[in-house]
Amino acid sequence: MATINYDTELRRAGAHSTHGWRKLVFLAQRHVLGAFGLVIMVIFVLVALFADVISRFDPLSVDSLHRLAAPSAQHWMGTDSFGRDVWSRIIHGARISLAVGIGSTALGSSIGVMVGLASGYLSGWVDLVFQRITDILQALPLLVLALVMTAALGPSLPNVIIAIAIPLIPIVARVVRANTLALRELPFIEAAKSIGMSEMRIALRHVLPNTLAPLIVLSTAQFGSTILTEASLSFLGLGIPEPYPSWGRMLSESAAEYVRVAPWLVIFPGVAISLAVFGTNLFGDALRDVLDPRQRG
Amino acid sequence: MFAYIVRRLVLMLVTLFGISVIIFVLLRVVPGNIVDILFDAAGFVDPADKANLERELGLDQSIVVQYLHWIGGLLRGDLGYSYVSEKPALQEILPRIPITARLAGLALLFSASIGIPLGVISAVKQGTRLDYALRVVSLSGLSLPSFWLGLLILMASVSLFGSMPIFNPNPKTWSEAFAIYCVPALAVGFRSAALTMRITRSSMLEILRQDYIRTARAKGASERSVNYHHALKNAILPVITVIGIDAAFLIGGLIVTETVFNIPGVARFLVEAIRWRDYPIVQNLVMLTAVVVVVVNFTVDMLYAVVDPRIRYTD
Repeated sequence: MATINYDTELRRAGAHSTHGWRKLVFLAQRHVLGAFGLVIMVIFVLVALFADVISRFDPLSVDSLHRLAAPSAQHWMGTDSFGRDVWSRIIHGARISLAVGIGSTALGSSIGVMVGLASGYLSGWVDLVFQRITDILQALPLLVLALVMTAALGPSLPNVIIAIAIPLIPIVARVVRANTLALRELPFIEAAKSIGMSEMRIALRHVLPNTLAPLIVLSTAQFGSTILTEASLSFLGLGIPEPYPSWGRMLSESAAEYVRVAPWLVIFPGVAISLAVFGTNLFGDALRDVLDPRQRG
Repeated sequence: MFAYIVRRLVLMLVTLFGISVIIFVLLRVVPGNIVDILFDAAGFVDPADKANLERELGLDQSIVVQYLHWIGGLLRGDLGYSYVSEKPALQEILPRIPITARLAGLALLFSASIGIPLGVISAVKQGTRLDYALRVVSLSGLSLPSFWLGLLILMASVSLFGSMPIFNPNPKTWSEAFAIYCVPALAVGFRSAALTMRITRSSMLEILRQDYIRTARAKGASERSVNYHHALKNAILPVITVIGIDAAFLIGGLIVTETVFNIPGVARFLVEAIRWRDYPIVQNLVMLTAVVVVVVNFTVDMLYAVVDPRIRYTD
């Protein structure tokens, strides 16, 4: 199996050592923005994991005495119209965004890989049918398809994950198919065939590992857009149902009413969404530069 | 060329047919139809009344009959009746199209006029601080949800002018028209501009690495002439594709932006119709979206052949 030797590549690029964390430091110095993105992502994951420890109040508990309170020492980001602590809701909202991000990217990518591999490797009528299905799914904007899907499935976390994963399938399948088609013609696949390896084994052991790099790059790029799509769905009131603290839901339509009286309700959830997506985009860009130099911009 | 166009048109029809089936089935697997919603709201259920209403709306027939009824009507230009307003769906949808089309056109204009020049500058100044700054700006453009950008604009307008722009179908002054159309279009267009900028940059960089650029430099062409005369002309081609990608991208942005700014266009209408389970409106609007995306992509591909003489569709 042909793979890229990253250590040799690193030495050629001027790295003095390719051992352990020095390799990491070297990469971080070359890709400052990517390293910054990784830091944001790590913080995002940690916040989601330790939400119960960091948050100061129960994100769901209603306090009618402190409705729409401005940010203070007690409520760092103020409270919403039910008197719920915004800081605690944002912290717990990270869990929902992370769950949707990981869940729908993983689901969409794994189905997309299977479809793409089958389509590119088997070709013939299988390819034809899968191609038409991807055409159909790609003729609708991500948000429109996700909107109709959530409407059909009903608003809940698993349904939102499925609704966002399905539009991702054709995007992943396209990339994997194109890669598979190119790989099929390479000598090492022919060699594998000539020693009598089964088609299934060639597809899984030789073709699939070689499409991993572009796949990882694509998935990172998609991760941010799944978070944004969930936020949009919840903003429109068709995503994660109340009272769960989804960032998009916190900004729901009523937010326009609070623009005047409680700007903190508008600012903080938006900052949280933007930061999380920005971090994954920065990291995704750097990852593309490292793993997939052909696409480097 | 002719054979290629015919093949593409047939594929377009296949795609649209597929979408119509998927949307129709998806909407029918939804637990609960409009009749359930209406009767739930009323608080009591008389099964006979309910059955009557379902029969009146054609919901008691099999799904295949309902589908054929819809598609048959669609081909004759009859889109059915809205369940909510009970007016013909066409009458509900048509007046909203120009509003959204105006917004989309303006947003596309912003996207191209901001994105392309900044993308070129970023590529020409690759590796400089300016390039870094522009790349961060474009990435943040892709990271900001457009509905949040809209809310921030509303907030700024409240603190600056003490009021929010309210939609008026017949703006009296130029400044009113500007506030009504350009401001929301900017909120949507910012994201597309970021996308356009990224694609322009990477396309420009790829061109700048090619041999004929080196040749142009070697024969003594000025930096300016190389960048704008030799490189940009070829780099602009892939940017045309952006318009195709943008079309789908913009529709998503318009849905949330029209909601934020309370603009009665088709994009917001789709969300309202989905909430009300107003099937005739939803399925026709989704079909409209698909037709727009498919036609734009087809046009872009054809435009490609016109702009670049090297491309000939012979297959």
